[in-house]
Amino acid sequence: MKGSEAIVESLKAEGVEAIFGLPGGVVIPLYDTLYDADIKHYLVRHEQGAAHMADGYARATGKTGVCIATSGPGATNLVTGIATAYMDSTPMVAITGQVRSGLIGTDAFQEADTTGITQPIVKHSYLIKDVKDIPRIFKEAFYIASSGRPGPVVIDIPVDMQLAELDYKPQKKINLLGYKPTLKGNRRQIKAAARLIARAERPVIYAGGGIISSGADRELRRLAKMVQTPVTTTLMGLGTFPETDKLSLGMLGMHGTGYANYAVTNCDLLIAIGARFDDRVTGKLATFAAEAKKIHIDQDPAEISKNVVVDVPIVGDARTVLKDLLEELKKLEIDTGRTEPWLRQVSDWKKSHPLFYKDLKREIMPQFVVEEIYRVTKGKAIICTEVGQNQMWAALFYQHSKARNFISSGGLGTMGFGFPAAIGAKIGRPRETVIDIAGDGSFQMNIQELSTAVNYNIPVIVAILNNGYLGMVRQWQELFWNERYSETCIECQPDFARVAEAYGALGITIKDKNDVTDALRAAIKAKRPAVLDFRVKRDENVFPMVPAGKSITEMIGGQK
Amino acid sequence: MKHTLSVLVENKPGALARIAGLFSRRGFNIDSLAVGITDDPDVSRMTITVDGKEHPIEQVTKQLHKLINVIKITDLDPHNTVARELALIKVKSPARSRGEIMQVAEIFRANILDVARNTMILEITGTTEKVDAIEELLTPHGIVEIVRTGRIAIERGEK
Ligand SMILES: Cc1ncc(C[n+]2csc(CCOP(=O)(O)OP(=O)(O)O)c2C)c(N)n1
Ligand SMILES: [Mg+2]
Repeated sequence: MKGSEAIVESLKAEGVEAIFGLPGGVVIPLYDTLYDADIKHYLVRHEQGAAHMADGYARATGKTGVCIATSGPGATNLVTGIATAYMDSTPMVAITGQVRSGLIGTDAFQEADTTGITQPIVKHSYLIKDVKDIPRIFKEAFYIASSGRPGPVVIDIPVDMQLAELDYKPQKKINLLGYKPTLKGNRRQIKAAARLIARAERPVIYAGGGIISSGADRELRRLAKMVQTPVTTTLMGLGTFPETDKLSLGMLGMHGTGYANYAVTNCDLLIAIGARFDDRVTGKLATFAAEAKKIHIDQDPAEISKNVVVDVPIVGDARTVLKDLLEELKKLEIDTGRTEPWLRQVSDWKKSHPLFYKDLKREIMPQFVVEEIYRVTKGKAIICTEVGQNQMWAALFYQHSKARNFISSGGLGTMGFGFPAAIGAKIGRPRETVIDIAGDGSFQMNIQELSTAVNYNIPVIVAILNNGYLGMVRQWQELFWNERYSETCIECQPDFARVAEAYGALGITIKDKNDVTDALRAAIKAKRPAVLDFRVKRDENVFPMVPAGKSITEMIGGQK
Repeated sequence: MKHTLSVLVENKPGALARIAGLFSRRGFNIDSLAVGITDDPDVSRMTITVDGKEHPIEQVTKQLHKLINVIKITDLDPHNTVARELALIKVKSPARSRGEIMQVAEIFRANILDVARNTMILEITGTTEKVDAIEELLTPHGIVEIVRTGRIAIERGEK
């Protein structure tokens, strides 16, 4: 069997059903094998799109996303997508072609040091030097990408390795001396955590994306209910706890809700689960939950006490740890009434610091569009976002209630992520409505994937909150840079609806608030890719907002 | 405090680059780094010296651990460790100072590897402090070049 066939066999052995990619010289042998393999390959229009599609697919399904690019420019085009996956810990295997082994290091045509370039943004990487290693390396790559704290793995394959012969045997065993993710949390620590929880009077759970990778959302809900503890989530954790629940505080941090930020600041116990105390969440570290004891459950030991020193660290898989913790808590008799005054306080904050915006009669408020998306889809859609104000409005004004239904580039903040990620998500979960809440700036960073969506008839909806600005940057300039709007007004905007039509998608321009609902309905009904160009109030800002480096209670615009 | 980390690494392509890359990416400074094979040809050992004052050593070791090729890390206890470094020093040695340099070499038990008309090469093995000390004594004579291996270390006792 040839190397390229061994690659495809290995992919099949991993249960890969969808691959996103674009061919080039040094992956022709692999594509030749794919030509009659029964794995669906989606031809993208730009490799960045392939990486984000694989990522969106992975986030929506929990399976490992796979993308392919050729050497040199193909591989470098993947880089932003790999970095995005790395920062948000999504399982991904990126396969790149490489020049013939004998040419490596000679600046051959389309040679780039892919493993070198991607080294700081991968969980691991391989350069295949012996065709016999293909089955082992693929087995390891998928295992590494998807286990422990997930992340992207790059496999760089010289063209001669795809052509060389090997005696293929499916790889069963994995033997990685230096890689053994911890599953179970330490018993003693879990007991200590349970004791703290049982005693706490003002507890808050701070839940992150780790809950999603470990599939721990049910356990999280049980914990919150059992000990009557309010839950705030990070951007990555949205959906792990239903925002329709009275215990939900929504998102915290720079653009968090006032009540989440007050609750965290005033709590006496902070239970962090699968979250990493990112600076966008904590604001000024010295005042972040300063009075509180802290429990930190995380898969990655390096996250423990990286930014904030905690009292009870527990390394392990969130779901496994929470299960054990729930068992421990059952043994202690917990007086759920003890958090009642605290819950009353939280509810007062919800009243005094609600999320709000001033709705207008005809002009479209971006927040209104998001709320309308929630109403029309009954909150059941998969929401993807671009980056900027659109992302924050999507996070704040949609009541997220289900894990894996909110997909956004949190760590890297990659404009252009949402649309291809939505395509990947729709391919992974074809029965769901998938909507990319977009900005006019971001959408143009991967707009070419409209062609891919139309090509395979992947009916995703792009809802552009079109303000004609790089809005989030404009907001910073307005608030902190004396309204000096340097290069944030997009002077020349295409007619997005006509662009969509030109690609063969449905395009609608919406200028009146009263047409928002119909446009959304029409797009859902169309069952083909659709672009909704909502011309929203241009200078609307995202509030509340905590200026960078300030304490999270120092919010601008947090009160009505 | 200086920490000496003894790191067992799978002898795989790119492993050293990954470790060096991790240090630069996370902003950790390496004081010295020595690499060599072990009794197992599939495993290399790196001895890395870092300043624990500048970077919390716990973060350094945890981040190192995340590299798939890293098998084991030991933060060596200085009281229970023998550490050595080797240096080759080429020093200016015109006839009038040659005697003095040879005396220094003798005190430090340095070997003289080469004597040219105007220079000499000394080989010295010892703790980092000892190497520093001989360097200091030779500096007034004019050091042409010094090459140090970086520290290697091993724990005392049965382990
Ligand atoms: C690739 C990339 N380049 C630049 C930025 C910096 N940036 C953050 S938000 C933003 C504005 C995004 O504009 P738009 O997509 O129209 O969204 P809006 O904020 O207007 O909703 C920019 C430029 C980024 N996050 N990503
Ligand atoms: Mg905009």
